[in-house]
Amino acid sequence: MTTTLEQPGAANRASNASEQLKVRDLHAFYGESHILHGVDFEVRKGELVTLLGRNGAGRTTTLRAIMNMVDRRSGSIVIDGRETLNTPPHHIARLGVGYCPEERGIFASLNVEENLLLPPTVRSGGMSLDDIYAMFPNLYERRRSPGMRLSGGEQQMLAMARILRTGADLLLLDEITEGLAPVIVQALGEVLVTLKARGMTVVLVEQNFRFAAPLADRHYVMEHGRIIEEISADVLPERRERLHAVLGV
Amino acid sequence: MTTIFGIPLMVLFGQLLLGLINGAFYALLSLGLAVIFGLLKVINFAHGAQYMLGAFAALLGLEYLGLDYWLALLVVPLVVGALGILIERLLLRRIQHIDHLYGLLLTFGLALIFEGTLVNLFGVSGSSYPVPEVLAGGFNLGFMFLPTYRAWVLVAALVVCLFTWFMIERTRLGAYLRAGTENPKLMQAFGVNVPLLVTLTYGFGVALAAFAGVLAAPIYPVSPTMGSSLLIVVFAVVVIGGMGSILGAILTGLAMGLIEGLTKVFYPEAANTVIFLVMIVVLLLRPAGLFGKEA
Repeated sequence: MTTTLEQPGAANRASNASEQLKVRDLHAFYGESHILHGVDFEVRKGELVTLLGRNGAGRTTTLRAIMNMVDRRSGSIVIDGRETLNTPPHHIARLGVGYCPEERGIFASLNVEENLLLPPTVRSGGMSLDDIYAMFPNLYERRRSPGMRLSGGEQQMLAMARILRTGADLLLLDEITEGLAPVIVQALGEVLVTLKARGMTVVLVEQNFRFAAPLADRHYVMEHGRIIEEISADVLPERRERLHAVLGV
Repeated sequence: MTTIFGIPLMVLFGQLLLGLINGAFYALLSLGLAVIFGLLKVINFAHGAQYMLGAFAALLGLEYLGLDYWLALLVVPLVVGALGILIERLLLRRIQHIDHLYGLLLTFGLALIFEGTLVNLFGVSGSSYPVPEVLAGGFNLGFMFLPTYRAWVLVAALVVCLFTWFMIERTRLGAYLRAGTENPKLMQAFGVNVPLLVTLTYGFGVALAAFAGVLAAPIYPVSPTMGSSLLIVVFAVVVIGGMGSILGAILTGLAMGLIEGLTKVFYPEAANTVIFLVMIVVLLLRPAGLFGKEA
């Protein structure tokens, strides 16, 4: 397909020190399957950036590749100025990365509070348990319930909440609105606004474009394991139609 | 003499006690198996051999180094546990990314090597380990005679089982272990050093087996094959209790020991098979085991 690879604002971005995440020519493999074919994008400190695309475009794999959870990867992933291609998975989080997987990954054998307290603190400045309960009052009410008893919305809240405690300031969030009721999606939107106000950097893999559009600074569109387009929020209205064509929504 | 169903009470209680002691060993060993299986997904066929190594290390320590029983109880699990750590780091880790059946085969091979080596060096007849002096003798409880050492075994095994349960179910490290059992990749993404957790877990499971071995040395003949015969029963116990359940492993171990003891009183011919009969019934009615989660 034809792509118009316009990159607004590319000029003032070249190897900027304020880049919290810079991905270059990222290839990723599961076994023999070659999933990512040279992904390039970057996220500046305090930005909220989305990865849009259809199912199978490689958005989830991009996040998993950043976390070093794929079988093999090549290229370059610089987090906070440090090349992490050879960093073992358990050291990635220590660079201040919080990962919220698509399947949410709530531990069924742990209760809500144990789930919340599980991820080790990676940096100072994380939210306290009280802050988190203030942000997610439902979780406070259900703090003694086993993880497997939570509703989908509560599980999603918990999956988000538990990476806020660790002090991570780069959040990788995978399909957090998937399958949730509109009222919960709205609550999650408010949480993201709060996190952004706190200066967090967010990479949001999202299917629900209407949810992502008002929150994000920039959007990257993925297809066939590549970024095919970058759209900043200010030109979004004029690109909306073309975007819908690509996303098939 | 008092009797129940025509069985003298003394005989009944005596067999129940024997059953409980056996059950304490089943509990200790199946607990280690359950902990290892939970995180590594490997059925540790070397568990019986590691139990035997514990007993042998205590015996050889006493003969050649003058290592007394109490010290052996502390040192032997550490030494054999360290051997377990080496096994995990040098062997199991290399095959953890392929089918876990290979882990089973590898540990089975290790068990054969350990047993074979010791049979070659010491023969199969076995030797006895003296009961430590403090624990010699016994109490007359009126309805039965209770040897002190057996009472000690029961208490020590239960304390270690409960300590393990507490560590796993009630502490932060235990929460890591439980969460790692469910989703090790995500735990690693959170910054937990899962490979280290795996190594320590295997070492701990092996140390539990060695501890059971030292406890067993003064009651059972110490021979290179003492573990393999016990392990088959312990596997049945684990299947009955359900793989991966800590409390299930402990309770099932004790209960199976008691059932075996009772069978010895009422129908001795079935004593060696009763646990397997229970296993068949449980597998038919609750394939995930009594305490296991339905898959």
